Amino acid sequence: MTTRPAAVPSRNEPGNAAPLLELRDVGKDYGTVIALDGISATVRAGEVTCVLGDNGAGKSTLIKVLSGVHRADRGQVLLDGRPVAFGSPREALDAGIATVFQDLAMIPLMAIWRNFFLGAEPTKGRGPFRRFDSARAKDVTRRELAAMGIDIRDPDQPVGTLSGGERQSVAIARAVHFGARVLILDEPTSALGVKQAGVVLRYVAQARDRGVGVVLITHNPHHAYPVGDRFLVLNRGRSLGEFGKSDIDRDELTRLMAGGAELEALAHELERPAD
Amino acid sequence: MPGPLRRLLVKPELGALVGAVVVFAFFAVQSETFRSPRGIANWLDPASTLGIMAVAVALLMIGGHFDLSAGVMVGTTALTVGIVATELRQNLWVAIGVALLLALAIGFLNGWLVTRTGLPSFIITLATFLMLQGLNLGLTKLFTGTVTVGGIDDVPGYGAAEWVFASRVSVFGAEVRVAVLWWLLFTALATWVLLRTRFGNWVFATGGDDVAARNVGVPARRTTIALFMTTAAAAWFVGTTLAVRLTSVQANTGIGQELIYIVAAVIGGCLLTGGFGSAIGASLGALIFGMTQLGIPYLRWDADWFYFFLGAMLLLAVLANRLVRRYAEAARR
Ligand SMILES: Nc1ncnc2c1ncn2[C@@H]1O[C@H](COP(=O)(O)OP(=O)(O)OP(=O)(O)O)[C@@H](O)[C@H]1O
Ligand SMILES: [Mg+2]
Repeated sequence: MTTRPAAVPSRNEPGNAAPLLELRDVGKDYGTVIALDGISATVRAGEVTCVLGDNGAGKSTLIKVLSGVHRADRGQVLLDGRPVAFGSPREALDAGIATVFQDLAMIPLMAIWRNFFLGAEPTKGRGPFRRFDSARAKDVTRRELAAMGIDIRDPDQPVGTLSGGERQSVAIARAVHFGARVLILDEPTSALGVKQAGVVLRYVAQARDRGVGVVLITHNPHHAYPVGDRFLVLNRGRSLGEFGKSDIDRDELTRLMAGGAELEALAHELERPAD
Repeated sequence: MPGPLRRLLVKPELGALVGAVVVFAFFAVQSETFRSPRGIANWLDPASTLGIMAVAVALLMIGGHFDLSAGVMVGTTALTVGIVATELRQNLWVAIGVALLLALAIGFLNGWLVTRTGLPSFIITLATFLMLQGLNLGLTKLFTGTVTVGGIDDVPGYGAAEWVFASRVSVFGAEVRVAVLWWLLFTALATWVLLRTRFGNWVFATGGDDVAARNVGVPARRTTIALFMTTAAAAWFVGTTLAVRLTSVQANTGIGQELIYIVAAVIGGCLLTGGFGSAIGASLGALIFGMTQLGIPYLRWDADWFYFFLGAMLLLAVLANRLVRRYAEAARR
């Protein structure tokens, strides 16, 4: 079932406005593995919600619930205050939720421009002559990538021949281009150098300033802290809490993410033996 | 590698084009009959019915699936046309319509089972193949008491059906069967759909990575089902052509052909793993098949050489395709 978005709510309305997206006590199992349990979080228009946690903490599972890949087994997902249960990624996309998946969801043997518009192909012509407007698709692809600082020699190049970072940039450019209201990024900076990571974080900030609600997943508190407005920390499928920026500082966030005491123990272990 | 050359190499049909030119030259140099208009019309005939199937099978393979029931379905539809027309005494066009509905239903069932269960299409359509093989024989015997359905030309509607499915057209002084024109039309149509429509984009994506395709909003299930139904519709077209052309149908028609369709598609550049290939390539594969099939007897060689030749072409094609895939996909992994 899809709930189509009503009018775009005004940004940052204090207090009473329902958040764009809200999770209430969400849980998700893979067979007997409890991947998520009791997760609550909010995504507001014009804000960045960061999801942090170690490998296997359940970050990707959480965004797959938001993007319609999985259904929550427990709890509720609310869009504009109304409960929704997306049956497919298509329904989430139609509701204005665009996602950059961790595996990027790109087809290696297909041309860049075909990947860029996959599932949302612009068409021209009518009736039986309706066809993929490839000229426009190539043009938009080149423009959007150039705006990200990626210089594509040939939009006909198969995506599989791009470098990891270039591929990630194409996936992000695609989501930003189609992301109407909510933009979800699963570790968008993992394959990027310092410069490209900066570009992506700037994109996140721009989307936020346009009133988009952003969900940013990352391992890296140094990327999360500067752009984030609220921080959800996961550990083995459970929430360690959702914090506003004023509630937590960067060091505290880092410590929490790494499981606090564990990190201290590690630091101790790694110290040179004092002989 | 310079850009234009690299781009050419990634064209799936390039290998088949080179192969077709070489095979044509090989036979044309040695046999005058082979290169005469009548000879050409002769080898275009087997290429055409095979080509219509190979194009549909290529679309399905690009979409990531096989249909082992495609060959026997040609028989099923031809027998249905014959039985409904002659045993149930219907107008031939009614029989042809019934056969189409039946084919679409079987195609839908194949696609639905594959997408629902997630089992390899290889095994699902193998089951369909065996069931249809049994039904073709069993029902034909039940209706006619023999293993043949005949007398299709005595049924009302035959004249018009013959014109559509089995007439001959004069081209450069040679009588070419109309199936050749249909084949060209279907190849052009399939190429346009693959490269110029949204559906074509979805076919490549579903075959390349169906999870990724679904995640960006491609209706991968519907695409797969549509492809199975397309293959079934092609089988219906070829089955009807055979029924009308031969006016009698054997109960074992089409069995064993399913692998030939796949061979033609693979020679045409389709990857066995899906996501890559072309309709023109599959047609060129069918053309190579037709030229070889008739070229060998023209040279008065033993017909046994035909399968050796076909196997060698297939081996060459998969080796070439492997290089293409490695280049296109793994270059920067
Ligand atoms: N499709 C699946 N089937 C079974 N178990 C799964 C599946 N996907 C994830 N899991 C399990 O669920 C848990 C959470 O996985 P998830 O991918 O959400 O972690 P993550 O926080 O995104 O990790 P990473 O930082 O490595 O990307 C892991 O234990 C994982 O093994
Ligand atoms: Mg993950």
